[in-house]
Amino acid sequence: MSTAAALLVLAGASLALVGSLGLLRMKTFYERVHPPTMGTTLGTGLVLIGSMLFFTMHESRPVLHEILIGVFMTLNTPVTYLLLVRAALHRDRAEGRDPLKSLN
Amino acid sequence: MNAGLPGAILMLAQIVIALAMACALYRLLRGPRAQDRVLALDTLYVNAMLLVLTFGIREAASLYFEAALIIGVMGFVSTAALAKFLLRGEVIE
Repeated sequence: MSTAAALLVLAGASLALVGSLGLLRMKTFYERVHPPTMGTTLGTGLVLIGSMLFFTMHESRPVLHEILIGVFMTLNTPVTYLLLVRAALHRDRAEGRDPLKSLN
Repeated sequence: MNAGLPGAILMLAQIVIALAMACALYRLLRGPRAQDRVLALDTLYVNAMLLVLTFGIREAASLYFEAALIIGVMGFVSTAALAKFLLRGEVIE
């Protein structure tokens, strides 16, 4: 059972690694925003579920306070990335390079 | 302290998260523009939070949960402030 919790943590860590590798491999900033969200949502979620499972077994009582981090990450990741992309769009337009021009 | 197979798997998970932090650090140092660096800093914060959580599971100590929560909150505030700075040129107007 403890092994199951450890495997969940390993799966979450692997997702975080894949997200960070995507940060290196993508070409433009607007593509680069996407990969880290994998680590911040599903990766964090799996690690937190593993942590809840382990501490519930370890302390022989339901340990659920990790949900707090989960709710917090789910709420704040879209907010920060939306702010960041708006800032990047503003900076690109101020320099006369509009990445959305081809869509109009 | 976890020993045996779960401890080994958790140690592997810590190494994987350290590799992820190295990738984010490379983008933080290299990143062509400021927004790339801010994005890499946010990723680094999240990976550090996962590393602290994994360390807490390995040590079987629930104290590390609070540290992870603080790192998550600080990461949100710093990234939001930096994005606001990039957008306006100042943080508090």
